[in-house]
Amino acid sequence: MWNKRRDEEPPKPYAPPPSPAPVAPSPIQPKKEITPVSSMPMGKFEPQSPAGSASIGKAVKVVGQIYSKEDLYVDGEIEGTVEALEHKLTIGPNGVVHAGVKAREVVALGTIQGNVEAHDKLEIRKDARLVGDIRTARIIIEDGAYFKGSIDIVKPEPAKAAAKPLQAAAAPVSAAPAPPAVAHASAGGPEIKR
Amino acid sequence: MLPDKLKSLLRGPRGGPPPGGIDKPGALGRALFAGKSAGETIALERSSRGLEEFFRDIRDTSGLTILDLGVATQQNVSFITNLGHRLCAADFLQILNDTFGLDDTVDQSNPGQIDYFLKQALDFPEGHFDAVLIWDVLEYLAPAMLAAVLERLHQIVRPKGYMLAFFHADDKLELVPFYTFRIQNLTTLNVAQQGRRRPAQLFNNRSLEKLFGKFESVKFFLTRERLREVIIKA
Repeated sequence: MWNKRRDEEPPKPYAPPPSPAPVAPSPIQPKKEITPVSSMPMGKFEPQSPAGSASIGKAVKVVGQIYSKEDLYVDGEIEGTVEALEHKLTIGPNGVVHAGVKAREVVALGTIQGNVEAHDKLEIRKDARLVGDIRTARIIIEDGAYFKGSIDIVKPEPAKAAAKPLQAAAAPVSAAPAPPAVAHASAGGPEIKR
Repeated sequence: MLPDKLKSLLRGPRGGPPPGGIDKPGALGRALFAGKSAGETIALERSSRGLEEFFRDIRDTSGLTILDLGVATQQNVSFITNLGHRLCAADFLQILNDTFGLDDTVDQSNPGQIDYFLKQALDFPEGHFDAVLIWDVLEYLAPAMLAAVLERLHQIVRPKGYMLAFFHADDKLELVPFYTFRIQNLTTLNVAQQGRRRPAQLFNNRSLEKLFGKFESVKFFLTRERLREVIIKA
């Protein structure tokens, strides 16, 4: 996953996974290895289908920055930052995100420890756990969810929201310091920087 | 069937003893759950003079920062943010349970644990909040912990800020129900009982005045459900 051990292979066109289910660990790599990740050009991860959704399986840990240009489902562990400015980010029930999160829409079923910006909507589902400050236009908190932090309700700014992805795409790789990547996975959409 | 259940609930701790009286401490808590299966939550609406007073003082101003020490609920978040305020939520009892165990297995008077708890639950800058919804959480704090929490609240609430707290008026209870409070409107609360818990302390008016002696003023509303609603001005 995430092009691990494929450096020597020629680039292949992206084929979306058959189902949106979380990506299981590859049988070739039963033991999760910690390998440094290299920065990849944005274009290489362009999804072929705009309706596609990337996912990070529950056996995957990502340390670094993730920029996604499609909906992203995270059921694994992330440390760093996650941005899917025009898309929906779902933290699955097994997902543990120690990161600042920015997305159009965020749905939390697992754990988020970090600040969350959801331009459109944030849902904190039953049994989810969110510790951090929230900025969003709308918030839904189900009974049984745990939340600690502040909530700022902000009016959506469509003009700004449209401009931000361009800025993110143009941002240099070294724009922000980040912890070294120890493992990475890709389903086509998100880009991981270290 | 349901009206009878509701009536019996109302005759519980919040509405006086059930028919036949209560013989010993603890029976009251059991009586409250009579006919209530495990996991079932019964919510009741009740008017709240304390809530009315609390919002009377802050509703004409927007952009305030309000701390809610109860469970974060959709109703409270929507109500407060729709008034134009910023809400901070700290699930006080959950953090208390995480720190000291459900039945206070860890001593609440341990200074190190108190510091740790305050850092987890009330680590905010001085004068950060304009108002605090304390609800009923102070009843579960042992004296040393309670003193430390009030000291911290005094620091993080700006002068002239308001706090709303609830205390059971019956000082002979062994177990008291704890609730999720949902704000319905400026004068009405939806109160959902979540279980019962041993209070660390119970208070009368005099002890409450003494407890909040450091604050500018304390105003009581004794409701018919044997619950004191207290407005504290910092």
